[in-house]
Amino acid sequence: MSIFVDKNTKVLVQGITGKEGQFHARQCVAYGTQVVAGVTPGKGGQKMDDVPVFNSVKSAVATTGADCAMIFVPPPFAADAVMEAADGGIGMIIAITEGIPVMDMMKVKNYIKDKDCRLIGPNCPGIITPGECKIGIMPAPIHMPGGPIGVVSRSGTLTYEVVHQLTMQNIGQTTCIGIGGDPVNGTNFIDCLDAFQNDPETKGVVMVGEIGGTAEEEAADFITEKMTKPVVGFIAGLTAPPGRRMGHAGAIISGNSGTGQGKIEAMKAAGINVCENLGFLGDACAESFK
Amino acid sequence: MKIHEYQAKELFRKHNVPVPEGGVAFTSGEAQEQAEQLGGYPVVVKAQIHAGGRGKGGGVKLAQSLEETGSIANEILGMNLVTHQTGPEGRIVKKVLVEQGLNITKELYLSILPDRATAQNVIMASEAGGMDIEKVAEETPEKIIKVFIDPLLGIQGYHCREVAFGLNIPAAAMRPFLKLIGNLYNVFVKYDCSLVEINPLVLTADDQVIALDAKVDVDSNALYRHKDVLEYRDTDEEDPLEVEASNYNLNYINLGGSGNVGNMVNGAGLAMATMDLVKQAGAEPANFLDVGGGASAEMVENGFRIILSDKNVKGILINIFGGILRCDTLAQGVVQAAEKTGINVPVIVRMEGTNVEAGRKILADSGLNLISAVDLKDAAKKVAEIVK
Repeated sequence: MSIFVDKNTKVLVQGITGKEGQFHARQCVAYGTQVVAGVTPGKGGQKMDDVPVFNSVKSAVATTGADCAMIFVPPPFAADAVMEAADGGIGMIIAITEGIPVMDMMKVKNYIKDKDCRLIGPNCPGIITPGECKIGIMPAPIHMPGGPIGVVSRSGTLTYEVVHQLTMQNIGQTTCIGIGGDPVNGTNFIDCLDAFQNDPETKGVVMVGEIGGTAEEEAADFITEKMTKPVVGFIAGLTAPPGRRMGHAGAIISGNSGTGQGKIEAMKAAGINVCENLGFLGDACAESFK
Repeated sequence: MKIHEYQAKELFRKHNVPVPEGGVAFTSGEAQEQAEQLGGYPVVVKAQIHAGGRGKGGGVKLAQSLEETGSIANEILGMNLVTHQTGPEGRIVKKVLVEQGLNITKELYLSILPDRATAQNVIMASEAGGMDIEKVAEETPEKIIKVFIDPLLGIQGYHCREVAFGLNIPAAAMRPFLKLIGNLYNVFVKYDCSLVEINPLVLTADDQVIALDAKVDVDSNALYRHKDVLEYRDTDEEDPLEVEASNYNLNYINLGGSGNVGNMVNGAGLAMATMDLVKQAGAEPANFLDVGGGASAEMVENGFRIILSDKNVKGILINIFGGILRCDTLAQGVVQAAEKTGINVPVIVRMEGTNVEAGRKILADSGLNLISAVDLKDAAKKVAEIVK
């Protein structure tokens, strides 16, 4: 078992003929992911290796039955690509693209609100169910199939570090998700925690956050109310100097929340085993997930 | 990206958001010329730097005559202005804005920004405008009105009225106020702003509504579609090494203060966690350079050179988890940098991930005197040793 994606997930890659899209589509195929289609407007009818390329998401879905989209489209066109995927009936949209304007993502988020789809990202490494499918840019060999631990993180490379430490401790993973570090994104911590809580194979969760925003505090509230499985937490940026501030408005909207210490207190109060030194995260997991 | 008040006011003027008469000056002579065109005193002389709190720091002053305009401009130009937003090191003032004085009857606060939690744009406004708005937000948050706008719907008349009635705008000033809100929202959307703030927005004795101050931050990710705003960039307001790094598409952050360990990492989250690790090891991070995902050996080389040019750096920690960035590419860049510029401080390398074996081999074969760390615990221990 796993959450959101598994060996039956049929992936189409938007931007498959670009340098990044091509490289990572091949890596996903090599891992065993079912990459059934690519979409690059104007290149319909071509092939990328054995993968047929279509002009639109709708035509790709009609021909191949794809149910998941992985997006590598450059930032100026990425919002359009997400909305096309949602409009084309894709249920799981994974946006890897980094650098999408906030204003574009606000429109996307409001547009997909009433659609039957889930967006992961943007600006994220993607999602992997080790041993079944990899839909993203994470290095595959650091993962260990079979569970029992789920990983959810706001950061890319920091996720790899955490997964690597789990694997070094001989602790496998059910599913690992990078939800992305952008201010406006699709799936949040709570969506993932809820799914992990309901997944019988997942016995515990590692949640990796960072300073800024209130996502970790909200996740802590959710854990207090709904979660029975053990959670190990980490927050990056505890020692960051109080940043160059964005004028008054930033302070007003965030109030006193968003600081590392505030997040740690909220997480500890929710019963999360918070590890404050990244070097020892693997040890903390070994202790919590005995 | 931040822009100056006088630049923000140019955008406002172009989009019918009323601002005081005035113009920018780089010398006291130019300040006097600007004052003469305004036709009457007092005039206000305002320091132009990318930080708030200028009034409290002594960077905003009233002048009652041509002579006084000159002497005040002289005093402000070249001063090292310290405010709560500049940090203790302050900022050298290189230009001033000279504006007409107004007969103010009320000071309001108004801003628009994207709210990440709701994915809506939010207008925030308060009758308690002026210098202490942060205190108002903290102590009496109920005095701040928030009106949320669906970005797909855009601003409607009722949004503007909700703000106006919430601020008790007098009937005589109602029409210009409603127009101002609508026009300001258009500026916010048109330029992909991450913040538009007017503090204070003033009502005058003759029932005008005028943006006495103007702060505009533009989403850096959207600058590709705002070439005109890009021309407003003022590299004098940025750290020179950060500017150089941005020319190579690298993200370099100077942490200032008493830091002595330079950091090269990939990814913002890992960068922050590495900084924490250095501090927890008893050392002080001086900077970090995020080489990002798609870095080439040349980018790594340039990044390494930038870290080395920070004179406070007594040692360097390279912490890379290879994903898209391959460890062999990183190693190649480090070796190139060492060959070209030489390395005169201890360098600790901790690498993991894609092509790590190839990367370690390149470093081992280079004959460079590098300290390798097997994992983060080990890296932290070695950082502590080199700064001892």
